[in-house]
Amino acid sequence: MLNALIHDRLMLGIVQALVAALLALAVVVFARARGVHIAGEAVVSMLRGAGQIVAVGLVFVILLRGPVWISPFVLAGMIAAAAATSSRRARHYPGAFRISLYAVGIGAGAVIALMAALGVIAVAVNSLIPVGSMIIANAMNANGLALDRFRSEVESHIGEIESALALGASPEIAVRPYLQAALRASLIPPLDNLRSLGIVWIPGLMAGMLLAHDSPVYASIYQFVVLALILASAGLTCTIGSWLISRRAFSPAEQLIMRPPVRELSRAQ
Amino acid sequence: MSGVVLRADCLTRTVSGRTIVDDVSFEVFHGEILAVTGPSGAGKTSLLRLINRLDEPSSGTVWLHDTGYRSLPPRELRRRVGMIMQRPFLFPGAVADNLRFGPAQHGETLADHQLSELLAGVGLSGYQHRDVSTLSGGEAQRVSFARALANRPEVLLLDEPTSSLDEAAARQVESVIAGAVRGRGLACVMVTHDPEQAVRVASRALFLRAGLVIGIDTPDRIRDAQRAHS
Repeated sequence: MLNALIHDRLMLGIVQALVAALLALAVVVFARARGVHIAGEAVVSMLRGAGQIVAVGLVFVILLRGPVWISPFVLAGMIAAAAATSSRRARHYPGAFRISLYAVGIGAGAVIALMAALGVIAVAVNSLIPVGSMIIANAMNANGLALDRFRSEVESHIGEIESALALGASPEIAVRPYLQAALRASLIPPLDNLRSLGIVWIPGLMAGMLLAHDSPVYASIYQFVVLALILASAGLTCTIGSWLISRRAFSPAEQLIMRPPVRELSRAQ
Repeated sequence: MSGVVLRADCLTRTVSGRTIVDDVSFEVFHGEILAVTGPSGAGKTSLLRLINRLDEPSSGTVWLHDTGYRSLPPRELRRRVGMIMQRPFLFPGAVADNLRFGPAQHGETLADHQLSELLAGVGLSGYQHRDVSTLSGGEAQRVSFARALANRPEVLLLDEPTSSLDEAAARQVESVIAGAVRGRGLACVMVTHDPEQAVRVASRALFLRAGLVIGIDTPDRIRDAQRAHS
């Protein structure tokens, strides 16, 4: 109906956004009637989300007119931001940002570079940056999960780890089961995404290609390609991240130093 | 002095500005059990952890025979100075897998007859294939003890090895400890909060309070001193 009334695409977009926002506000009002007060938060979130995504759109207007070589710089900035976000999962441990930067940088960066070189991802700015950002975002999530899970596994198995050390085991052997658990846990989301692809959800990239009247078959195959790349980069990222953090878990004298700081003093109380 | 296997030399550990082990020195002889007693929070476990470098002393050192322990690779030190924790912390799997773990770390394979001898030594003959999840507390602690012995250590560190056991199981473990230490000529440092246990098992005792050595003497004199301090 709106398509028939409004022919200017920018105006059409604004009206569509207003209609969608009105529907969301109607739900907020309904929730308020049921005693759930989220009106303030919902309005702020919608305004913020709209502002952020329009800003990204404006940046893309500039980027799409820019040269191809600008993409690596944009992706490098995204990798740095992703490393900063996921390192918060292990912020109590020294070098968490650097570890995350190496992990996401190598994990996502290598996959993007290799696939762009092979032509699996088009090097055009409007393809490389959106697909690259999806790979980086998922690598960030996998790295954060791996660091968080590894830390919690180690902190809850201090006795087992120190028993292994006390029997002459290397730190690598002592933490191996907990490293494996962290890797398994961090790969569950990308694996589940692949497993449920097309049945439980139609991802945004495919939806976007369909909305742009691309071939549904090509859109579905390309969606699979992107999710497979996400799995590859997530696997590589969390392998590197958890391996690096596991090395930081021990002192040069192979003493476990990744433990809650209060533990030793509380034992001596 | 001849017969000294292990010598702690002015060991101190400070954490967050608080001294939890304060200038502790002692010697342990071949075939001897030295009990470390004291109230909760005295620094007994912290002291034990310094001896095999699970924690690093802020100052002081440990001599194993005539070798400063910082000159030994940590894995070799820990193989030679075995430790049994307060809780057994067995690895998931069979009893045999646990006993084979230590020797495998330095490329050795424990033969079946060696495994049987170790289990017989702790009164658990025929337990090779038992899953560790099916063991009682006393059995698990004895497996933990056999697992440490499988590494053929020269020194054994025992951190309240019977504290979570009932009286009967505790006496069994004590008997296994005393038999193995004296039979194999090990030097042993055993932390216990129970002065009576020190009298039963040890030949000397060290009384620790607030990280400081109050005295080193025969276990019965230390027990009396401890009573006087409490």
